[in-house]
Amino acid sequence: MAAPILEMQSITKEFPGVKALDDVTFQVAKGEIHCLVGENGAGKSTLMKVLSGVYPFGRYTGEIVFEGKVQEFGDIPASEDAGIAIIYQELALIPDLTVYENIFLGHEVQEKGLINWNETIKQANIMLKKVGLDTNPASKIKDLGVGQQQLVEIAKALSKNVKLLILDEPTSSLNETDVDNLFVLLRELKKQGVTCVLITHKLKEVIEISDSVTVLRDGQTICTLDAKKGEVTESALVKHMVGREIDNIYPPRESKSSEETMLEVKSWTAVDPMLGRALLKDVNFTVKKGEIVGFAGLMGSGRTELAKSIFGNPDNYQIKGEVFVKGEKKNFKHSQNAIEAGLAYVTEDRKGDGLILIQDIKQNITLANLKEISPKSIVDSNAEIKVATQYKDSLSIKTPSVEQKAQNLSGGNQQKVSLAKWLFVKPDLLILDEPTRGIDVGAKFEIYTIMNDLVQQGMSIIMISSELPEVLGMSDRVYVVAEGRITGELSIEEATQEKIMHLATAH
Amino acid sequence: MTFAKDLQKVLKENIREYGMFIALFVIIAFFGFTTEGIFVSARNISNLLNQTGYIAVLGVGMTLVIVIRHIDLSVGFLAGFLGAVAAIAMEFWHLPIWVVIPLTLVLGAFAGAITAFLVAKMNIPAFVATLAGWLIYRGAILVVTESTGTIIISSDAFNAIGNGFIPDLSFLANFSPETHKLTILIGIIATILYVISAVKDRKAKKSYDFEVLPRNIFLLQLVFVSALFIGLTWLLSGYNGLSWTLVVVLVVVVLYHFVTNKTVLGRHIYAVGGNPDAAELSGINVSKITYAVFTSMGALTALSGILFASRLQSATTTAGTLFELDAIAAAFVGGVSVSGGVGKVTGAIVGALVMMSLTNGMNLMGIGISFQYIVRGAVLVAAVIFDVATRSQGK
Repeated sequence: MAAPILEMQSITKEFPGVKALDDVTFQVAKGEIHCLVGENGAGKSTLMKVLSGVYPFGRYTGEIVFEGKVQEFGDIPASEDAGIAIIYQELALIPDLTVYENIFLGHEVQEKGLINWNETIKQANIMLKKVGLDTNPASKIKDLGVGQQQLVEIAKALSKNVKLLILDEPTSSLNETDVDNLFVLLRELKKQGVTCVLITHKLKEVIEISDSVTVLRDGQTICTLDAKKGEVTESALVKHMVGREIDNIYPPRESKSSEETMLEVKSWTAVDPMLGRALLKDVNFTVKKGEIVGFAGLMGSGRTELAKSIFGNPDNYQIKGEVFVKGEKKNFKHSQNAIEAGLAYVTEDRKGDGLILIQDIKQNITLANLKEISPKSIVDSNAEIKVATQYKDSLSIKTPSVEQKAQNLSGGNQQKVSLAKWLFVKPDLLILDEPTRGIDVGAKFEIYTIMNDLVQQGMSIIMISSELPEVLGMSDRVYVVAEGRITGELSIEEATQEKIMHLATAH
Repeated sequence: MTFAKDLQKVLKENIREYGMFIALFVIIAFFGFTTEGIFVSARNISNLLNQTGYIAVLGVGMTLVIVIRHIDLSVGFLAGFLGAVAAIAMEFWHLPIWVVIPLTLVLGAFAGAITAFLVAKMNIPAFVATLAGWLIYRGAILVVTESTGTIIISSDAFNAIGNGFIPDLSFLANFSPETHKLTILIGIIATILYVISAVKDRKAKKSYDFEVLPRNIFLLQLVFVSALFIGLTWLLSGYNGLSWTLVVVLVVVVLYHFVTNKTVLGRHIYAVGGNPDAAELSGINVSKITYAVFTSMGALTALSGILFASRLQSATTTAGTLFELDAIAAAFVGGVSVSGGVGKVTGAIVGALVMMSLTNGMNLMGIGISFQYIVRGAVLVAAVIFDVATRSQGK
């Protein structure tokens, strides 16, 4: 290994109740392309945020040595001054500004406070040549393709004399040609002495481009693999990424699924009109009565979009395809129609579009089915307290009273309130999107137990989950989604973490 | 001992709700003192309430608009324009009052629906859509009053809405002729109804084993509110009694209080304000709620225009100027949250009273209009600071 440009030693970062990074060590040699891989929630992004100063010195423990010097970055500009630049998955460009304005945004070419635009354009041209982007620097960012925008981001980083370039999921929204171009550029930069760290889920790309790979899992460094020694293979990566025992946190259940079909989706396609991009491509699946169907896949694979587009399509995608509920063809114009047909959707983002945090527990629980407790459209507030208290008891929501505001609850209890709201509509099919994200093991077990009870009573459940052990522990059947397509269907007997990971990363 | 403790606890937990009442009492006490009692005289209080009427009804509608995270700047000149339309309908078209008032209300609702269309369907920010309305209705007033200038309204029935008082009980005409008996009677009936419903509600809650206010605090609340009802009606009965304006405002408040607190529609409005994405996913049609709220704002604007035109007994070319800002200020002083989802219609009434008391009290003290603006601005800022500060406590 060449001399390291970066050494992160014993990095530990804690959030309330969670240890996101636990004694992580991360070393990058000068002039290499280093891939950082791991499942969702393994700690990759947190580690990069520590490095770039998003979490400033003092908010983590451990030591960062960059170019032989101990660094204590207090903010992002401090790490940029040292020569570290991060390009995030969500590009940080301003769509209505020109290419050259974006490249020099925040470090404008100026004399006595006035911007020298001619010099700016000249330097922008040099940077664009470096990244091989043949475009007019005066064109607006919004008129460029995603691949070209990414090159502008890299040009921006180069204009700051970057020594260590970090790319977070750079290929997730690129087509194959753009990916090829990007990799050619990364190799070119390597020759010029720029070190690259690449965070990616796509194992094929890791194998293609990396000189070495570090695997993170559950906030810990698992291993570092060297490509020259032939250690970087798909099977080795998958093994290290998922290689944890499935602990015994899944309550046992008898499979009771019947032959009766609850939901069938045929040739489902969705296009986001804002992005002009297809999010879902020809998706077909079925859910039987009394069955838990797992939808596995990586973040951003299109599972949430699939659920929402079926559930009344609140984001107004352009949709083609057919939905059948209990054999009857349905056309949901609004989530209200989906609810009436017996569907319920517990969102992955309980703070974003799940709960009304400033309202109390009882108001949240009754929101989707107020008419049940409102004879003649007048809310019976005593009946409401009664209903809410019943759910509080049956789901053991830990709160002194149902008049407590939702924002004062812990994540696990908020999730239970969210669940209670949708159980109160008494659905036949419950869609759970990441039902245990960000909650502790005890609350997870309780949610699993509730799920088991529900299917025993004949409800069907779609469980979208990025946690493979959870998918394997809870599902009767698993669909794997990647890039808006269903890439595989596995019965629970044949499903393994490795098989799912292969399907989820196969493109 | 426990009483003081209970009181402290209840006050602390509800400081947001009681804050504006406390502010109103402080203002009343202050002006009562500095004007040597003129401010709290029956005549002035009656006058103050009548002045507040047309802002109060706007404040009620504006509260709901702000609750669903929008704003309506067009209400001032729309009120002025609709007042002029009502005047024209009576004076030039010779339509009877019982046609003119419903017609004006329907026109107002229609104008509100147009705003809702722009906001909900065309996705234009409410600020811009209603700023355009502000300009358009400003122009519209000038168009309809261009040839005539100020239109004098001759209908006594119409003018009574803003200036008249409810009749007294004729069979008691000889008994204590200085006091307005019907007003006192209404005060007593309202108090009795309030006490009965409060006791009933508490009983029902207890039968479910739900948490209720401690007994002594509950009694204090009963005594306090009853004293307020009786005291106010007794005061007003000494000067002509209840005005028609006050009756209109009370009807609006009771209706909106009921809708917002007790009905599914009300709950949906607060849900949309609290988190529109969550509301949409929960089967609530956010666009429909937007229509409902703006349409109601339009109808209340028409009512405000009627109250104002009736009070002046004429429609003028400048009617409605700055009403929108007074209404927005009333809503904020009344505790509506800057970030949406929180706010009561009763708060808007108190807010309107606070703002109007400041104007009225400072007028009595002989303070110039320039300083009045500055003081009212400072009070508005203080109210919002209070709102933000008490909310960040997490309660």
